[in-house]
Order: sequence, then C-alpha cells, then structure tokens
Amino acid sequence: MRISIKVQTKIFDAASEANTLRSGIALTGALVEFTGFVRDVSEGSQVSAMYLEHYPGMTEKSLHNIAEQAISRWQVFGVSVIHRVGRLGPAEPIVYVAVIGEHRREAFEACEFIMDFLKKDAPFWKKEWNEKDEAQWVAAKESDESAVARW
Amino acid sequence: MMIDILYFASVKERMGIAGESVDIEQSITGEGLIDILSDKGEPWLSVLSDSRLLVAINQEMASLEDGIVEGDEVAFFPPVTGG
Repeated sequence: MRISIKVQTKIFDAASEANTLRSGIALTGALVEFTGFVRDVSEGSQVSAMYLEHYPGMTEKSLHNIAEQAISRWQVFGVSVIHRVGRLGPAEPIVYVAVIGEHRREAFEACEFIMDFLKKDAPFWKKEWNEKDEAQWVAAKESDESAVARW
Repeated sequence: MMIDILYFASVKERMGIAGESVDIEQSITGEGLIDILSDKGEPWLSVLSDSRLLVAINQEMASLEDGIVEGDEVAFFPPVTGG
C-alpha cells in the first residue's frame, strides 16, 4: 500500500507521477488517473488568473485521510494526490489523482471517491481574477457537497 | 486558558487578520467561542454569524457544538472550493 500526498506551487508531470506510483508494485492491472485544470471561463466571465489558498497541515492530513479511506474500501494498492496552491494561470493543471489496483472498476471508483471527498472536505479556497482584474472568491457548489452522498 | 484561532480565505480577508489568541475561562463549544468573539463587535459579529461558516478543531472538520479545550487550534473558514 502506497500513499503519496503533495501540496505544491510548482506544476506537476502526470506521467512521472504515475511511473513513481507503479514502480516496484507487481500485479498492477489498472491505473486510473484524473487531472483537473484551471478553467478559462467561470460563471460566464473570462478567468485571467487564479490563486489557491489552503490550510497548511490540515490540507495534507485531510488528503491522507481520504486516500486511506479509499484504500480500505476498495482493492487498490496505491494512491497519489497532488494539489497545487498559490497563483495559477488559465488551463494549468491544478489537481491530480492516480489510483493503481488489480482491476479497473475498483480503481475507477476509488478515484472518483477521492475527488468527491477532496472537493467537499479538503481545505482549499479558490480566488479568481477576471479580464478586468477584478478578484472574487469562488463560491462553493451545492452539487459538490451532495456528491459524496452516493458513497 | 489560551485558544489559538486561525482564519482563512474570505473569512481572513473580512477579519483583516490571519488569526488571534483568545483567553477563555473554561472549556467551551465552537458556538460559545463565536459568542465571545462576537462581543468584540465588528467585524467578528457579522463574519462569524454567516450560516455557511465552517470550523476545524486541531485540523479536523468539526461542528460548532464540539468542545474546545486548552491548547486547541481552532480555525474558521468558508466552504471549501478545491479540486
């Protein structure tokens, strides 16, 4: 069982993360990855930049806890989560979740579970700037809060 | 006894501070802590009365009914928007 949690400002390389996660683990029949990107349009207006604030310490704990829950619930061997913080530009990758396991179904479900709980529980907050350089905190979506109900 | 309080995101901006320490006489709930802070007037009063306000105690999501004891780290923040 392998859990890697990274909260970082720098851009990440999904391919090398996946390789690291898989290295030395036999029986990896499935790798499921999700990468989320900064949208260039939000609520109808152009996004020129984004800033991500987080709660250092609690963020890592929260992500680790979510990954552990996924591993205890599904037959998966490893989870890697990367979340960026600080200033990000449009179309830049912001979040990465990878799950390895023996079979695809378990890995798919574990990956969705992790993303659903990350969006509901991990202490990150987005602020967006539009093309007029007006800043606004992004409002939480009701749908993100209710998404975890299916688990 | 001293309680360390942290504020994040829009709550931090509206407060104008990233955190503070408060001296309380005995163990209280999150709700009780909000009452004590709100007695200081604005901006505490309006920021902490937001119905969507979330609280974490010692870096774990908590409820406003949960107890707070000496040395706890308490954080107030708006709903999270990561991912």
